[in-house]
Amino acid sequence: MTEWLNIILQGVLIGGLYAMFAAGLSLIFGVMRLVNIAHGDLIVLAAYVALMVTTSLGLDPLTSLVLVVPAMAIIGYLLQRLLLNRTLGDDLLPPLLVTFGLSIIIQNGLLEWFTADSRKLQAGAIEVQTFQVMQGVWVGALPFIQFIVAVAVIAGLQQLFYRTALGRAFRATSDDQSVAQLMGLDTRHVFAMAMALSLAVVAIAGVFLAVRANFDPSIGPARLIFGFEAVIIGGLGSMWGTLVGGVILGVAQAIGAQIDPGWQLLAGHITFLVILAVRPQGLFPKVSG
Amino acid sequence: MSVVSHTVQHATRSSRIGVALIAVTLIALALAPFWGDRQTLRLLAEVYAFVALASLWNLLAGYAGLVSVGQQAFVGLGGYLLFWLVIVLGVHPVVAIFVAGPVAALIAIPVAALTFRLRGAYFAIGTWVVAEVFRLLASQISVLGGGSGISLPAAAVIAMAPTRQAREFEIYWLALALTVIVLAAIVALLRSRHGLALTAIRDNELAAQSSGIGVFRIKIIIYVLVAFGTSMVGALIFLQKLRISPDTAFSVNDWTAFVIFITVIGGIGRIEGPIIGTIIFFIMRQTLSDLGSLYLLIMGAVAIVVMLWAPKGLWGLIAERYGWQALPLQRHLVLKPTKTSGRPS
Repeated sequence: MTEWLNIILQGVLIGGLYAMFAAGLSLIFGVMRLVNIAHGDLIVLAAYVALMVTTSLGLDPLTSLVLVVPAMAIIGYLLQRLLLNRTLGDDLLPPLLVTFGLSIIIQNGLLEWFTADSRKLQAGAIEVQTFQVMQGVWVGALPFIQFIVAVAVIAGLQQLFYRTALGRAFRATSDDQSVAQLMGLDTRHVFAMAMALSLAVVAIAGVFLAVRANFDPSIGPARLIFGFEAVIIGGLGSMWGTLVGGVILGVAQAIGAQIDPGWQLLAGHITFLVILAVRPQGLFPKVSG
Repeated sequence: MSVVSHTVQHATRSSRIGVALIAVTLIALALAPFWGDRQTLRLLAEVYAFVALASLWNLLAGYAGLVSVGQQAFVGLGGYLLFWLVIVLGVHPVVAIFVAGPVAALIAIPVAALTFRLRGAYFAIGTWVVAEVFRLLASQISVLGGGSGISLPAAAVIAMAPTRQAREFEIYWLALALTVIVLAAIVALLRSRHGLALTAIRDNELAAQSSGIGVFRIKIIIYVLVAFGTSMVGALIFLQKLRISPDTAFSVNDWTAFVIFITVIGGIGRIEGPIIGTIIFFIMRQTLSDLGSLYLLIMGAVAIVVMLWAPKGLWGLIAERYGWQALPLQRHLVLKPTKTSGRPS
């Protein structure tokens, strides 16, 4: 009994990480209907940026967020302003193919620069600290922090969307781009801000990913798929939905891994496909794709 | 009143030249075993496979608007079906290629039912998930080597042809024939009534729908047909390699990234695009492959540049500048005034 409780709890905590993968993806889809195929590779890029920051400045991984988050946000702003804004329009192909090309460029750029060796960020003593929640059920300090951060990130995005001027601009362009423009919004800037915010979340996700497990340049696409599955399970456009989606995915993978190590990823994918079959709009749908 | 009758003409001067050139090229290629060495034959067979894969993806994405990044699902499925048929059921490898196509098409129907629930770019990633599921399932099949893969048994290989040379010739001709069949089927499809509907969907889906075209139905049909062809090509690719593993069979780089770059660079939504794209791709590969991963980086950058500044690709530029078409696919309305009866108006 406690064995399964432990497993499910681990799955829930990993789900927080998946929710962070998903939140950035969901944000830009909500604002500009862009699906960023390079999203997973940008998460890995953030992990490598954190690796450079921690090794060159001797910072603790969690402290390095102070530099990695703004760095990724700036990359996001420029990426949108200089490249991705050109691809937006009625045609589906350009954004899809340009972000696909970007994904290949980031993967191979990282491969060229950092080689295919597995890396990991060292967070020190906190990595092995655990505490007991109840008799026989233990929680790692780091996964716990990661989950709390995920909840905070999603609550923060939710607040930003509904309480700030920037959030209003996001919602306005999301509802009707041309009317938003008529109201004096510079949509190019609004889109770039959305991408900056998306990559700020990516930065946090990337650092936690890099502390939790080994990473190398090739693991991006799988992170994109986890994020995407969490978005669809949760329902397009719903921020809290991404958290539920991430948790469901995390728990499914944890249970699958317990049954047979080969079934970890498969269990996650199959859960996603089943939800797609019985409830294609996701659990908490908000916008139609 | 004058009555104007009309006929629809497909051919233009450039397409007549194009067809003649293609015929001559095909004859030369069919005779390649007599003028080319082993390396040339292997390279050409690989070129054919990519022409076929890119043409099929072009039909799917360029015409039917179904941008899939998961076609490796069907390349791998075809390969695994071939190995399963040969190893477990003892089917002759060449027969297995032709069985793999229809079986994969059957599997594609429920896959379409599921992934078609996602629209646009989310459909793209959904197809990728399916490919991942196929890859993970393949690595669970212990009779086919599980995660580490398996080689085709020597007995089955020898059953194809007694000598290595004869076998290589056979695979070469099979590859050429399969690609010609795939291309001919696509051309025939595009010249048919359904082709007109497809071209309409390519140009404007909403307008096509309101003109009474059953867009959804046509998309499902195209998806299943493309799965059919892609799996046969996949089966042939792995028959040539004589070895299969989940990672090579369901590789997103080899069977989707390259195929997309080929189609985009050559010209998406045009039948000539994938052929031109494949030629450019192989020239780039032969000259830049020493660069390792930098070469993929360059490919990605070239595809982005083409997508942004020449979205119709190289053949699109040429076709628009000179009005060329290599194959008689366009429809030209030829108006002929017939004899007037009664007063001239």
